[in-house]
Amino acid sequence: MSDFLQTRVGAALKDAALAAVITLLLASIMVGLRTKTEQGGLVIVGQWGLVAWMVGVVFVGRLAMSLLIWRGNNPVANAMNAMLPKQDTVSKIGKLVGPLLLLFAVTLPFYGNRYVIDMGILVLTYIMLGWGLNIVVGLAGLLDLGYVAFYAVGAYSYALFAQYFDLSFWVCLPLAGILAAFWGMILGFPVLRLRGDYLAIVTLAFGEIIRVVLLNWYEFTGGPDGISRIPRPSFFGLEFTRKNGFADFFGLDYSSMHRIIFLFYLILILALITNFVTMRLRKLPIGRAWEALREDEIACRSLGINTTNTKLTAFALGAMFGGFAGAFFATRQGFISPESFTFMESAIILAIVVLGGLGSQLGVVIASLVMIGGFEVFRDLEDLRMLVFGLLMVGIMIWKPRGIVSSRAPSVFLKEKKSVSGDLVAEGEG
Amino acid sequence: MEYFIQQLINGVTLGSIYGLIAIGYTMVYGIIGMINFAHGDIFMVGAFIALITLLAVTAMGITFLPVALLIVLIISMLMTSVWGWGVERLAYRPLRGSFRLAPLITAIGMSIVLQNFVQVVQGARVKPLPPQITGGITIMEKDGFLVQLSYMQILIIVTTVLLMAGFTLLINKTSLGRAQRACEQDQKMASLLGVNVDRTISLTFVMGAALASVAGVMFLLYYGVIDFYIGFLAGVKAFTAAVLGGIGSLPGAMLGGLLIGLIETFWSGYFSVEYKDVAAFSILAIVLIFMPSGLLGKPEVEKV
Amino acid sequence: MTTWQDNPILTVEHLTMRFGGLVAVDDLSFEVGRGDITALIGPNGAGKTTVFNCVTGFYKPTEGRITMKRENGQEFLLERIPDFEIAHHARVARTFQNIRLFGGMTVLENLMIAQHNKLMKDSVFSIGGIFGIKSFRKSENASVKKATEWLERINLIDRADDPAADLPYGDQRRLEIARAMCTNPELLCLDEPAAGLNPRETSELNGLLHSIRDIDKTAVLLIEHDMSMVMEISDHVVVLDYGVKISDGDADFVQNDPRVIAAYLGVDDDEVEVAEAEAKVGQKEGATS
Repeated sequence: MSDFLQTRVGAALKDAALAAVITLLLASIMVGLRTKTEQGGLVIVGQWGLVAWMVGVVFVGRLAMSLLIWRGNNPVANAMNAMLPKQDTVSKIGKLVGPLLLLFAVTLPFYGNRYVIDMGILVLTYIMLGWGLNIVVGLAGLLDLGYVAFYAVGAYSYALFAQYFDLSFWVCLPLAGILAAFWGMILGFPVLRLRGDYLAIVTLAFGEIIRVVLLNWYEFTGGPDGISRIPRPSFFGLEFTRKNGFADFFGLDYSSMHRIIFLFYLILILALITNFVTMRLRKLPIGRAWEALREDEIACRSLGINTTNTKLTAFALGAMFGGFAGAFFATRQGFISPESFTFMESAIILAIVVLGGLGSQLGVVIASLVMIGGFEVFRDLEDLRMLVFGLLMVGIMIWKPRGIVSSRAPSVFLKEKKSVSGDLVAEGEG
Repeated sequence: MEYFIQQLINGVTLGSIYGLIAIGYTMVYGIIGMINFAHGDIFMVGAFIALITLLAVTAMGITFLPVALLIVLIISMLMTSVWGWGVERLAYRPLRGSFRLAPLITAIGMSIVLQNFVQVVQGARVKPLPPQITGGITIMEKDGFLVQLSYMQILIIVTTVLLMAGFTLLINKTSLGRAQRACEQDQKMASLLGVNVDRTISLTFVMGAALASVAGVMFLLYYGVIDFYIGFLAGVKAFTAAVLGGIGSLPGAMLGGLLIGLIETFWSGYFSVEYKDVAAFSILAIVLIFMPSGLLGKPEVEKV
Repeated sequence: MTTWQDNPILTVEHLTMRFGGLVAVDDLSFEVGRGDITALIGPNGAGKTTVFNCVTGFYKPTEGRITMKRENGQEFLLERIPDFEIAHHARVARTFQNIRLFGGMTVLENLMIAQHNKLMKDSVFSIGGIFGIKSFRKSENASVKKATEWLERINLIDRADDPAADLPYGDQRRLEIARAMCTNPELLCLDEPAAGLNPRETSELNGLLHSIRDIDKTAVLLIEHDMSMVMEISDHVVVLDYGVKISDGDADFVQNDPRVIAAYLGVDDDEVEVAEAEAKVGQKEGATS
C-alpha cells in the first residue's frame, strides 16, 4: 500500500482524496444545510446532493490537475508549454495585437449589432478607467483603492452642471476632468506621504466617504434616487432626435442606433486620448520620474526629484481621466446613482490593471476584454456569474502573478529597444 | 449623561466585534504583509455557520441555551477556521514571495467568491433570527430614560475580553506565538532555524478566522439578522480599525476596534446616523496624516 | 593652511544626532575642502552613514549646523532644507551603501532620470513635451549625450539599453556614481563605493574618483572601509569612533595619529572583532549604520 502511495498516480490519488475530504468539511454545514425562510422563522433543509457534486468535482479536478498539469514530467504540461510562444515571439505578436485590436474597435459598429456595440462601449469605458488608474498604480506605484471616487466626481459633475446650469456635455466634459483632478489633488496632498497599505486604506476610505455623501446629501444629489434625465450628448450641436436632428441633417433615416454608434466612437476617442497622453508622458521627464518613484523613492529624492509633486501629478492625472470617463458614463446612462460607484467598482478597475500587467497599456485592454467581456458573455449564469468572475481573478493571478503582459518597454534607448522582464520591475511601496 | 453612558455601552459592544475581526487583519498583515480582503467575508461565513448550527441544534432538541450556544460557538470556530485555512491555501500560498499586489487581487477575488458562493448556496435573502438572549440590567434611570446593559452586551464584552487575554498569552508565551513573531521579523531566517513557516502562516489564518467567527456569532446574536453582504462593511471597518491602531500591532487592533465602535455610536447618537461611516473614515485619515503608522504601530524608520 | 580650512565647500559644526537614547553622532565638526577627496572613516557603527544622511537631508540632525557653500557663493544650511532640494539646489549628490538603482529601468534611463529637473524645466513641466516642443527635444538630446559620455567614462556604453538590475555588482556601483554625477553636483557623497569590489575594480574606481575631482571639479566626500584605498586617494581624512571625531588631517597625519592607531588601526585582530560585535549591537538598536 505504502509503495503504491509513493508512485505518481498513488500520490495524486491521495492528494485528490485529501482535497475531497477538505471540500466535504468546508461544504458540510455551509452547503449541506440550507436556511430557508418559512412561516414562523427560519428552517433548514438538506441539499446534500450539491455537496456530493462539489466533492466529486474537486476530487476529479484535483486528480486531473496533478496528473496532467502539475509537477514532474507531464505529457500534457510539456505539450502545452511547447505550444505557448516564446517571450520574443510574444513581444513580436504584441506589436501586432495593438493595431489589430484598434482596427477591430474602429470597424466594430459596421458589423456589430446593438448588443455587441453596447458591450463594446462598456468594455471601452473600463479600458479607459484602467488606463487612467494605470498611471497611478502601474507607473507611479501608488496603490489607489478608491479610484471610483473620481469616476463618481466626473459623473456627478456633469449631471449636476447639466441639471442646475443647463450646460452641455461638451462644456462639462473638460470641467468634469478638471474637477476630478482637483479632487485628486485635494485628497492626494495630505495622504501621499503615507506609504503602501496606509495609502491604500485611506484612498479606500475617501472612495467610501464620497459615496456616502452622494447617498445622503439628498437635496443636492438626489441621494439614493440618483439623478435622472441627464442630457445626451449632441453631435456638434446636432441632437439625436427623430426630428431636425442628426439624421435629418445628413439625410439619413432616423435610427436609435446612431446615438449608440456615436457613443461608441466617443468613448473610443476618449480612451485613445488617454492612451496617447499616457504613452507620451512615459517618455517625458514626468513619466520617467513616476516609474523611478515606483522603483525607488529614496533614490529619487537623492537625485533632486520632488516626490510629493511627482506623486500628486500622477494622482491628479489619473483622477482626471477617471473624471472624463465618469462624465461619459453619466451621459451614456442618462441616469446615475451612488450605487454605480461602490468599492467593488474600484476593485474591478484595479484588478484589470494588475491582471493586465502593471504599467502595460495593452495588458489593460486584454484584461478588460477578458474580465468585462467574459462577464457579459456569462450573462445567463446569473448568480454564478460573479462567482466565476472572482474565481477567474484568483486563477489568472496565480497563473501569472505579474499580469498578462508583464514586460516593460524602456522610455528611451541608445541602440536597441529591449523590453525589460517583469521580474526586474519593482511594484512601488506607496 | 445617561444618554452618554448608554452610547458608551453600545459603542464598546460594537467595538468589541470590530476588534475581534481587526485582529485577523493585523495578524495576517504582520506576518505576510498583505491585506486579507477576504477576512470580512470569513466573518460572514462564521456568522452563517453559527446560524445554521444554531438551527440544527435547536432542531435536534437541545433547547438549553448555554449548551446550545457553546456548541454553536465551538462548531463555528472550528468550521470557520477550516475556511480561513482553505482560503490561504488556495489563493495566497501559491503567491508566497511573489509580488505584493498579486495576493491583494486574489484576496479581492476570494472576497467576491465567498460572497457569491454564500449567496448561491444559502440564498440572497436576509436571514432573521429571533433574539436568543433577552433582558438586561438597568444601571441607572433618570426622568424615564433607562441606561441598560443587556445580557447580550455583557456576553459580548466578557467573551471579547477573555478571548483577547487568552490570545495575548498565546502570542507571548507559547512556541507558536514565538514562531509567529519570528516569521514577522524574518521569514527566511525563521525557516533556517527550523520554524515551519508555511504552517505558522496557516495557523495565523486559522486563528484569525476563529476570532472572526466568534465575532460572527456575536453579530448574529446581537443584531439577529445576517445576509451574505455583511462581511464587506464589517471587514472594511475592522480593517480601518486595524490601520487606525497601527497595523501589525495586536493591542493596536483592539484599541482601533474599540475606537471605531465608539466613534460610530457616538456620531450616530449625537449627530447623524447617515454619516457615521464618514466620521469613522475621516478620523482614520486625520490620525494617519499626523501619525502615519497609526496609534500603536511602530514608527517606520526609513532605512537609507 | 589646508584647503579644507581655507576654502571649505561643506562645513559641519557641532552636529549631533540622537536616536532615542542612543547618540549616534556627538558634537561633530569638520570641513570638506573644495576640490578635495575627503574620506570619513571609522569602525562599524561609528556613525559615518548617519553623518551622510544628515548632510544629504535624509535625517534631520538633533543639533548642529551644516553649511554648503556653492561655487557661485550661494550658501545653504542643509539641516533646514528637504532632501530633494539639497540635491537640486545645494548640488549635493549621493550614492548608497546598498546600491539603489532603478533596477527595472535601463542603464540609460537611470542616467536620464538624474537629469530630471533640467528636463522638466525645458519641457515646461512636461506639458510642452506632450506637444513635442523644440526646446525639449534639444534638451532631451543633450541629456542623452551627457549620459552617453558618462557611460563611456564608466565603460558601460555597450550595456546602455539593458536593465540596471542585470548589471554585475561592480558595474552597478559605477553606474550609481555616474547617475549621481549626472545631477551636476558640486559635492559628491559616496557611501562605501569600494565595498564588494575586487582589486582591479577598486583601482578603476580610484581613477574615476580622481577624474571626478580633477576634470569635473567636484569635491568628493566618501565613507570607506578599505584603508589602502582611503590612504591612497584621499586628500583629507576624518576619523570617527562612536560618533566622536578622534582625528582629522591628511592621510599621513591620520595614519600616525596614536589615537587612531589605538582606536582603530593598531589594535589586535581579536580586539577589533570584539569592537565590531559591540558596534553591530549598537547598529541594530539605533540603525546608525
